[in-house]
Amino acid sequence: MTTVESYAKITHGEVAPRGLIGGAPAVLDETKRKFRREPGFPVPILIAPATLWLIVFLFLPLISIFIFSFWKTTGHGMTPAFTLEHYRDFFITEGFFDPKKPEFLTPSIFLRTLWTTFRFTITVMAICLILAYPLAYFLSMQVEDFKWQLTLFLLAMVPFWTSYLIRAVAWLPMLGRHGLINEFLVGIGAIDEPVSFFLYSEFSYTMALVQLYVVLAVGPIFFSLAKIDRTLLEAARDMGATPFQIFREIIAPLSLPGVAIGMIFVFVMIMGEFATAVVVYGGKTSTTGTVILNYYAIANYPFAAVNAFMLMLAMMIGVVVILRLVDIRKEL
Amino acid sequence: MARSTPEHRRKARVKAGFSVYYAIFLIFVYGPMFAMFTLSFQGPRGGVTFPMRGFSIFWWEKLTGPSTVGDLKASLVRSLILAVVVMVITALFSTMLAMAFRKRFRGSGALFYAVMSGLMVPGVLLSLGLASMLRQLGMAPAWWYSALGVHVVWTLPFGFLVMMAVFNRFDARLEEAARDMGADEWTVFKEVTLPLITPGIVAAGLFGFTLSYDEFARTTLLAGANNTLPLDINASLTQRVQPTLFALGTASTIFSLLMIGVFIVIYTILYRRSR
Repeated sequence: MTTVESYAKITHGEVAPRGLIGGAPAVLDETKRKFRREPGFPVPILIAPATLWLIVFLFLPLISIFIFSFWKTTGHGMTPAFTLEHYRDFFITEGFFDPKKPEFLTPSIFLRTLWTTFRFTITVMAICLILAYPLAYFLSMQVEDFKWQLTLFLLAMVPFWTSYLIRAVAWLPMLGRHGLINEFLVGIGAIDEPVSFFLYSEFSYTMALVQLYVVLAVGPIFFSLAKIDRTLLEAARDMGATPFQIFREIIAPLSLPGVAIGMIFVFVMIMGEFATAVVVYGGKTSTTGTVILNYYAIANYPFAAVNAFMLMLAMMIGVVVILRLVDIRKEL
Repeated sequence: MARSTPEHRRKARVKAGFSVYYAIFLIFVYGPMFAMFTLSFQGPRGGVTFPMRGFSIFWWEKLTGPSTVGDLKASLVRSLILAVVVMVITALFSTMLAMAFRKRFRGSGALFYAVMSGLMVPGVLLSLGLASMLRQLGMAPAWWYSALGVHVVWTLPFGFLVMMAVFNRFDARLEEAARDMGADEWTVFKEVTLPLITPGIVAAGLFGFTLSYDEFARTTLLAGANNTLPLDINASLTQRVQPTLFALGTASTIFSLLMIGVFIVIYTILYRRSR
């Protein structure tokens, strides 16, 4: 059916247009609307409280970050102004344009921190995807009984509902010099003596972040895999497709939206991460999140705002790139 | 039944492989927590890593005694109150929003993305934005309003998605029947809609409660003078880490698990009843 045909069907009342999630009987044309009020509570009353709440606690804070990033810092606070100096400080250090200085053409520490945060996020995302996909595949494709599917899925998801600080702390006894992993490796003779690089290192940071956020990737991938029409797979099998072909031609493309949503979750979570670094990295590294909090602590609010704004920008770019690669609209 | 064709054997092998992978995954996710549980019963002279030097409840007793961090009991109470309020507001708002989304209305797309962006905006940004905004307005942040505000922003999308899914499978003819028999909107809602969607409301509340109870990033600059429990946990991290922290972590985790269990039980009962 072409668009025009389907539109004609709708306007002539063959197919009732429905609300975003269906259920409401549709009012078919304007003349009928006058006589028949839509059933249910009025929409404005239903959406007003939540909308107001989001304006006060989501949009005004984000807008103020943007506004404050142009204000002047006074040492203990800020005053309204329009200055770009904080943005300049974000990108370049003093001596950027002076060929004799060692800082010549070197980006500032803040830009490099954002870059490190981004690069690290991508690494953790990749690991999360590699770990989460087979798991979601197992739960949705290999476990046939629905009850078992739900139970095993919930079991994997439960840690998401427990404190993430505590889960980060829980890595300490695993990774330390006398931690379980070292004991284990010494025990099986893989290494002669305990190594210290497991804790307070990039390794421990990666492990902890993957463990904290991998479940966020499992959920969406699981749902998109579970939605795949099984008769498609059967048809492909009947026509002689190998399991690998079925995966490549049917399962993988159809699960892409779930993968994208999972990756967006993991991406935004880790980009804004700041507490885990302190726990398992010993504060040896800084993320843009820690930079923001540090500048807030010394009352340089505009500079904290600049870092926050740049973080937001980097995240938006990342999300847009993911959305460009995969069309998730079908999923919503 | 002799079904052991090569095809079946291959399938069984694949399934076994995946099962082993699932088990390893669970160990990865739960393992550190079990290490922490065990070490919270460390002997008085033991440290934060293995080996266990004896077995005692020394660190648990220390946890209930006067603390160096702050008044743990008071912050636990604050966290609980906050979580309950967030739970109620999340359940209420997400139900109302999902009911609105059953119809088509202007700006529904924008509102949908607005609600969803609560998932996308990192806590540290909201914390910073609201904290500096309040500071500029001359208001002191406090856990019961500013932290509450951003907690709901975070939990609302979860509850909303749950309620959307509920109404997606909802049979609107039941409501139409009630309307045809002359029931007004309130009666329809109270007698028909509400009993059918109560399990969903409980699930939405579960997200509200547990996510708020454990939330740290969104509270960090917004709790004001009085800490919530995650803030106290974070404060104790900056001091020398002792097994007390493991006891606290164990207690907090067990409590979270208990809450999830309670919610699942309530959900199951209500779900059976609504059938």
